[in-house]
Amino acid sequence: MANLKDLRNRIASVTSTQKITKAMKMVSASKLKRAQDAAEAARPYAERMENVLSSIASSMKGQTGGPALLAGTGSDQKQLVIVATSERGLCGGFNTNIVKAAKAKIKALIEDGKEVTIITIGKKGASVLKREYEDKMVQHFDMSHVKNLAFDDALPIASRLIEMYEAGDYDVCTLFFAKFINVLTQEVTPLQLIPASISDEGGADLGIACYEYEPDENEILEDLLPRNVGVQLFRALLENAASEQGSRMTAMDNATRNAGEMIDDLRTTYNRSRQAVITNELIEIISGAEAL
Amino acid sequence: MADKLHFELVSPAKLLKSADVDMVVVPGTEGDFGVLPAHAPVVSTLRTGVIEVHDGGESEKLLVVGGFAEVNSAGLTILAELATPINEVDKAGYEAELKNLTEDVQDAKDDEAKARAEKARDKVASILEVLEREAA
Repeated sequence: MANLKDLRNRIASVTSTQKITKAMKMVSASKLKRAQDAAEAARPYAERMENVLSSIASSMKGQTGGPALLAGTGSDQKQLVIVATSERGLCGGFNTNIVKAAKAKIKALIEDGKEVTIITIGKKGASVLKREYEDKMVQHFDMSHVKNLAFDDALPIASRLIEMYEAGDYDVCTLFFAKFINVLTQEVTPLQLIPASISDEGGADLGIACYEYEPDENEILEDLLPRNVGVQLFRALLENAASEQGSRMTAMDNATRNAGEMIDDLRTTYNRSRQAVITNELIEIISGAEAL
Repeated sequence: MADKLHFELVSPAKLLKSADVDMVVVPGTEGDFGVLPAHAPVVSTLRTGVIEVHDGGESEKLLVVGGFAEVNSAGLTILAELATPINEVDKAGYEAELKNLTEDVQDAKDDEAKARAEKARDKVASILEVLEREAA
């Protein structure tokens, strides 16, 4: 049996761990609130943007050509996979899940004989992917300096993506991020950024209104599509931030609870062995007295 | 028919303004246009400029940078990358940024970096230009 001093030390160490996890949980709870508000506040812009885009796109449906960001390059040979993860660990299965989904996709693409390149955002995903696909990783965006994600943080990434697209470095770009559903559930979602994936639904209800375009449709599309890439990316990153905090909160809550259980167990053992020591001492004294 | 125009100003980060107003003057790429209630549906891109919101004899001016405006039967929606009330704009900040960016253009090593720096510089320069015009 472990001696009393060891037990005392272990109780002390688990208690301090519990304090840390508890503090982390509370910090991420407040950060989650902020991240969630930010994600919600960004929604109107993205939705309007999508509505306008899909109404223009549906009006241009019959035409051939159109901007490459919408129509694609006509090939899907070169695939770009963007993996957005967090900068910090200790957030449960958050990073693992995203990386797992991305890896499955990369593997499937390679098996199909496609050329795959990878861009990572956030170092947690980058370090895992580096083990297997270092030769395919072309760029990494470090977000560790970003406290509250602003649109300006997403813009450089978006403009780099467009630059690469125009240079013909890839044909299709898919972004992997975790969609925030609620604190307990985050869903890893692949989102096709380029060419723009536009739902037909939005166009249908706006299609009734017959817009005048100023300047013409093509120019508006050319202005809008690059912007749309930025907006979608920004939105995904915001969702990701909220998911990260949600995931961390759940993980830390579990850790706190586990630490509590462990402390209870240790304390029981500690008390038992303390009593056993006392009983032992008593027996020794009594039997010593009897022997006299 | 509504006699007020429903106006929404949205930036990527949040919904900045949502109100019923009399008229909004929008700086479109092909010229300013005023939007009154029951305006015909229009989609237009914006240039760097000033939105004027008129309501009940009062007007409010906001600086917008990049974006587009959509008018439909529900009202006017402006999606702007950046929008600030004109009296809250940090002019000195932009001036400093312009200086910085001008240096960047001079320091740029290759053409690509230079082009990027020039683009950023021109953007800030156009903001300052608008501010000058407003102040005059």
